[in-house]
Amino acid sequence: MTNLIAITRKETKAYFSTPSAYIVGAMFLVLTGVFFVFDVSKPFAEAGVRGLSDWSSFFIVFLAPLITMKLLAEEQKLGTLELLLTSPVREWEVVLGKYIASLLMLLAIQSVTFYYVFIVYFFGNPDTGPVISAYLGLILHGAAALAIGMLGSSLSGNQIISAVVATAILLIFSFVNRVSSLVDGAAAEFINALSMNAKLLDFSRGVIDLFNVVYFLSIVAIFLFLSIRSLETRRWR
Amino acid sequence: MIEAIDITKYYGDFPAVTGLNFSVEQGEILGFLGPNGAGKSTTMKILTGFIPPSSGTAKIAGYDIVEQSLLARRHIGYLPETVPLYEDMGVNDYLSFMGQIRGMSSSQLKKRVSKVIELCRLEEYSNTIIGKLSKGYRQRVGISQAILHEPDVLVLDEPTIGIDPIQVVETRQLIKSLGEEHTLIVSSHILPEVSMICDRVIIIHEGQIVAVDDPSNLGTSLSGIERVEIEVKGPNREILPVLEEVDGIQSIERIPVTGGAYHRYHITVDTGRDLRHDLAKAVVANGWELFKLQSLGMSLEEIFLRLTLEEEELPSPPGETS
Repeated sequence: MTNLIAITRKETKAYFSTPSAYIVGAMFLVLTGVFFVFDVSKPFAEAGVRGLSDWSSFFIVFLAPLITMKLLAEEQKLGTLELLLTSPVREWEVVLGKYIASLLMLLAIQSVTFYYVFIVYFFGNPDTGPVISAYLGLILHGAAALAIGMLGSSLSGNQIISAVVATAILLIFSFVNRVSSLVDGAAAEFINALSMNAKLLDFSRGVIDLFNVVYFLSIVAIFLFLSIRSLETRRWR
Repeated sequence: MIEAIDITKYYGDFPAVTGLNFSVEQGEILGFLGPNGAGKSTTMKILTGFIPPSSGTAKIAGYDIVEQSLLARRHIGYLPETVPLYEDMGVNDYLSFMGQIRGMSSSQLKKRVSKVIELCRLEEYSNTIIGKLSKGYRQRVGISQAILHEPDVLVLDEPTIGIDPIQVVETRQLIKSLGEEHTLIVSSHILPEVSMICDRVIIIHEGQIVAVDDPSNLGTSLSGIERVEIEVKGPNREILPVLEEVDGIQSIERIPVTGGAYHRYHITVDTGRDLRHDLAKAVVANGWELFKLQSLGMSLEEIFLRLTLEEEELPSPPGETS
């Protein structure tokens, strides 16, 4: 447990003391801000955060891998993984500690978007339920995306490759529902069940379905497990 | 303290090390000597638990490195050859982090961090970002983290590579002083360094141990010959035949001396025989002046070349002229 805390603390400090996280975060906020403005300045715009949350979850597909790419890839490249793993530390402590730090970073970036929520409340009278469910969806989606990013980072010592692999996996999970029309019956249902986008739509509409929550948490668990395994097999190569 | 039992490691089909057996006693400094690619780093990675052996195992402080990896790792301090450090952390922060993941309490940490910073003379740089340090100082940070948690066993992979000569001397002194409290394995491809620092040397070549001995013995016991340097004032033409007459001599080589009034010879003699007395007597009996008479042993460089590079051609059995 102390190892976990030490690793989380170190990585969090690294995020907030290096410029790359700020640059990536700023890019994300500019993009979501632009689309937020488009969305609320339409005629008869709805007072809500739907536009914001839809665009945020789209950009998270690109943001999350940028946040996680260095976590394990850099350790492999610099060789610091060798010192980390020859210390009395377990692989899961390394992966989980770093994952928590990336989650804190993402939450910090996302919390800046509360600014838009205040604007919406200031100028309009939005329905609070969907606002809360939309943010819950964003956090869960972000958590899942980071776990996938973690796996990408564990696979290569090259940060670019790590980010590209993770983005590719995320895009597949996002848009797999487009394929479901090609098949029918149970296969189509299964493909739809895998898709992230359909679930995010539910959250932004104000629906909190337990299945959807479990879905995202399962993705977190599965991909963190795979990351730990990937780190363990690194020793055996 | 360290026990390697039949360690073998294959990278694919390539055998990096095969059947390594050795042990290191408490408080001993063991030198690990070999050319690049001999399997030194692989052995160290296995001993520290970073990569598992293909077969065989090792025990660190009584704990099996494969079966009880976590316990074994608690007793190890390790400096990999590349000195991997987190570039964007300060020295102090870095050491604190390394201490934390080795289970040190915050009060222990406070004491030890300032102690190792003092020991490795990093005081001026304790708050500097590691990425901005020169190679020599990075090396010191690397050693600091290895000794921070006062491990029983220290594994240092090429600790003096790539740093300037003055720092090399300092680092060697530091390593030697560490031997008082820790059990050390130090790898190197620099022979005088190993003979300077270590109590015992293992020479490894193509993944196999080719020799184990203490540095001063390596010369005689392995090569089968012993050498004597002698300096005599007198006519060279007369001296040579007289020296050749002495019983037990294998060969004599005249070494040119510039500006001296004497002649210098390197004499190869049979193993285990000290002919210095006989040589001195022969010189004095002829009325020449004896300037110097010294046993040379064999330089580690020569042994090394013999054992590793020209193994097939060179080993000269005693009695045969080399």
